[in-house]
Amino acid sequence: MNLSLLILLPLLTVLLILVVRNPQSARWIALGGSVVQLVLALALYVAFVKARSGGDTAIMLFDQQWPLFPSLNISFHLGVDGIAVAMILLTAFVVTAGILVSWKVSYMAKEFFLLLVLLAMGAYGFFISLDLFIMFFFLEVAVIPKYLLINIWGSGKKEYSANKLALMLMGASVLVLVGILGIYFGATGADRTFDMVKLSTVTLSSGTQLLFFPFLFLGFGVFTALFPFHTWVPDGHSSAPTAGSMFLAGISMKLGGYGALRAATWLLPEGAKEYANIIILLSAIAILYGAFATMMQKDLKYMNAYSSVSHCGFVLLGIGMLTKTAMNGAVLQMVSHGLMTALFFAVIGMIYERTHTRSIGEMGGLMKTMPFIMTILFISGLCSLGLPGLSGFVAEMTIFMGAWEHTDAFHRVATIAACMSIVVTAVYILRAIGQIAMGPIKAEFAALADATWYEKSAAVLLIAGILAIGIAPFWLNELIDPATSVIMNRLGTK
Amino acid sequence: MLNDFLIMMQQELVVTSLLFLLLILKLSGTGSNRTYLALALVMVPLAALLMIWSRHQGVLFAGLFVSNPLVATEKTILLIAVFVLLLVNFDWLEKQEHMPELLMLLCSSLLGMMLMISSGNLLMFYLSLELSTIPVAAMANFDLHKKASGEAAMKMILSSALASGILLFGISLLYGATGTINFQELPAQIVSGPLVITGFLLFFSGFAFKLSVVPFHFWTADVYEGAPVAVTSFLSVVSKGAVAFIFITVLYHAFQPLGAMTHLLLVILSLLTLFTGNLFALRQQNMKRFLAFSSITQVGFVLVAISSGTSLGTAAVVYFMLVYLFSNLAAFGVVSVIAHVTGKETIDDYRGLYKNNKLLSWVLVIALFSLAGIPPTAGFFGKLFLVLAGATKASVGFIILVVINIVIALYYYLRVVRAVFADNKETALEKIGFSLPVKIGMGLCLAGILLAGLIGRIYEYILSVS
Repeated sequence: MNLSLLILLPLLTVLLILVVRNPQSARWIALGGSVVQLVLALALYVAFVKARSGGDTAIMLFDQQWPLFPSLNISFHLGVDGIAVAMILLTAFVVTAGILVSWKVSYMAKEFFLLLVLLAMGAYGFFISLDLFIMFFFLEVAVIPKYLLINIWGSGKKEYSANKLALMLMGASVLVLVGILGIYFGATGADRTFDMVKLSTVTLSSGTQLLFFPFLFLGFGVFTALFPFHTWVPDGHSSAPTAGSMFLAGISMKLGGYGALRAATWLLPEGAKEYANIIILLSAIAILYGAFATMMQKDLKYMNAYSSVSHCGFVLLGIGMLTKTAMNGAVLQMVSHGLMTALFFAVIGMIYERTHTRSIGEMGGLMKTMPFIMTILFISGLCSLGLPGLSGFVAEMTIFMGAWEHTDAFHRVATIAACMSIVVTAVYILRAIGQIAMGPIKAEFAALADATWYEKSAAVLLIAGILAIGIAPFWLNELIDPATSVIMNRLGTK
Repeated sequence: MLNDFLIMMQQELVVTSLLFLLLILKLSGTGSNRTYLALALVMVPLAALLMIWSRHQGVLFAGLFVSNPLVATEKTILLIAVFVLLLVNFDWLEKQEHMPELLMLLCSSLLGMMLMISSGNLLMFYLSLELSTIPVAAMANFDLHKKASGEAAMKMILSSALASGILLFGISLLYGATGTINFQELPAQIVSGPLVITGFLLFFSGFAFKLSVVPFHFWTADVYEGAPVAVTSFLSVVSKGAVAFIFITVLYHAFQPLGAMTHLLLVILSLLTLFTGNLFALRQQNMKRFLAFSSITQVGFVLVAISSGTSLGTAAVVYFMLVYLFSNLAAFGVVSVIAHVTGKETIDDYRGLYKNNKLLSWVLVIALFSLAGIPPTAGFFGKLFLVLAGATKASVGFIILVVINIVIALYYYLRVVRAVFADNKETALEKIGFSLPVKIGMGLCLAGILLAGLIGRIYEYILSVS
């Protein structure tokens, strides 16, 4: 499997969109590109599983390397492990669904799809790069499309939100940059490299690890809404166009979780152990605070944005626990939350397009006119509150089980606090869904149409993913398990 | 000797012949503005191409003139910059009444810079610096009907005269203390003492003036705003680049014994420059002033790399200048086209630019992203290498303060981006037409911005000659 295809295909799509004159054909090209990419991602999964079951135990498979700046030991080094494959699958699903729900975008449609594909390219590149420099490159590639998507196609106070998002994420990336430079200069002689696979065999001095772990972790943490740097999430998500929110919450926030795991925890294990308790504390606050803040929201998009803060807190909590089960859970939660929140934002977009309001209180009885859309809403809501059989349950349960392996009071309290958020989630989700779908229908909503073919296909795609994890989580668990073992081995804890 | 002379000074000779050809054409009274420009557009890239054959190491005139691969690369970067500059400002240049004079001034200034980069002793350096500065002051006056242009020229000439005076005083003190003005002999003679330190500080301040390092930057914004855009871009790209190149040579070689002091000075001045440039850029309304302060900030980043005192620093600066020339000339090119056609120069005038001018908008936005250092543009690599070079020697705290400035800078670049994409239909500028050479120039800039980073060989070559 040639991994560079995963970057070249979006690049080709971008170029094609640039040449076509007709905005209508732009969306077909974008859809075609993303479907081919989805097939590629599935093929990658199959090839990966085949290679692993064939006994290939290398840390990274499908390794490819081209020197870029050899004198600085920077190379275009690509390769994937199970976690990366899972992330690529998630990206492919969300991107395809995002392009489908944007089918009716007419204002500057060509530019819109171009930026969507560019954003996707940044995410793919980030997940397959094994060189810190290249990884950082792709991390930042994604910032500008996000900014423009919100700034041009957004709603509400879009200029403010776009600015806030771009500056906070840029601030986060410079923290990451300091961390990367710290790792680079922390190693001496021939070890001075940006190559993560090589760096994973180097033991950096504990001074370096303790100094630079916070930079890397905080930097990536901002991307994944680490408390108290989560403030870009509600504004950014709610101002973005539907596909923008889906990409932001579904993919972009996962860049942070993946980076925190891959770069921070894997390369600086001593730092991870030293700061684990602070990570747990901050993520427990994010989980609870996010959940309670969600209860107070009247706007559907704000509601889902705050609940993303809470759910992404679980990812960081899982990492901070430093047990294998919890770490598996963190990865599961990334995939699960990505699919679920993308579905939720998609359905919010569908509702808004018809009712022209996002305020929960103004809706009611929509089940009567748009049963399909309301079913999607139910599924995403139930997944969010962790109903067994859907992906959210599997992920959160795994994290709690991993967290419970610690027997001391601090970990127990943090775990129990995080568990309690589920109750709060149930409250806000059931209340919102009940209000929107049930009850008497308002007169002005009586003639609304149900989902169209593109909306249906987007939803079906995402729900398929959610069910695949929820009903049979073992395939995903088997995929990521060897990869988390590698990180755990380096941590040297149980 | 003659053979050496012909080989090592190839690029200078081409520029000199261009100067004379222009003069002859002008005196014979034949030729239109187009002919002059065509001549320059052929000769300048020719001189740049000569780099391939002029990688010779050696000295001429008893050490006055030094040539090596690094110097040849630096000169080539300046020549490329002039070539692109002529292209993107083609429409404006073509309309000028005294265009041949302007071109001749530009060539003499360019010649001065090339000699300056090659200079092997302080006197030669001083003379060529003057040759490069004085014509620019005359060029700044070229918007003949605008008062601001004359004012800019006046400010430019007065402040450069002051800087030159300080520089010359420094050189005299250094000569008095060491008894030599030769770059090769200086390191052995420099013994840290009050006279040497005073001389060095004065010398350093002169440089700081030319590079518009804070607190010697006060002339910059006014001159940039008043001068015609073409001249402003020449000042901010070509002139800055040349001074930065020789600055490195002088610091790393001639004043190498003062390395520790230089490092401290550069660390302090770079932070001052970064923060001042950034904070002032935040509140600018005029695009030219805005780009002026942004270029002050860029100089701050360049100082960060210079402070490292290693070949990594040299390579980072030379590479950054290459990237910066494409980004900055593209941005100035758009400003020039818009100012030339509509006479509008403020950020508010750019609101809704995207509606009728898609190409111009994309060029401007991509150039600004490159200046801000955002991938996939080459500006990302340029800035990263500067920080990387600075990090070899400086402390973590310093690097953190430096990278904070990347975020502040993004804020004001985004201001322009936001204006360009704003959706107010009423005041949006009409469709602006421009000629083929301008399009080619902008195409070159875009190609440079998008490819110079991803082609790793360019940086590797520069590092290998540094």
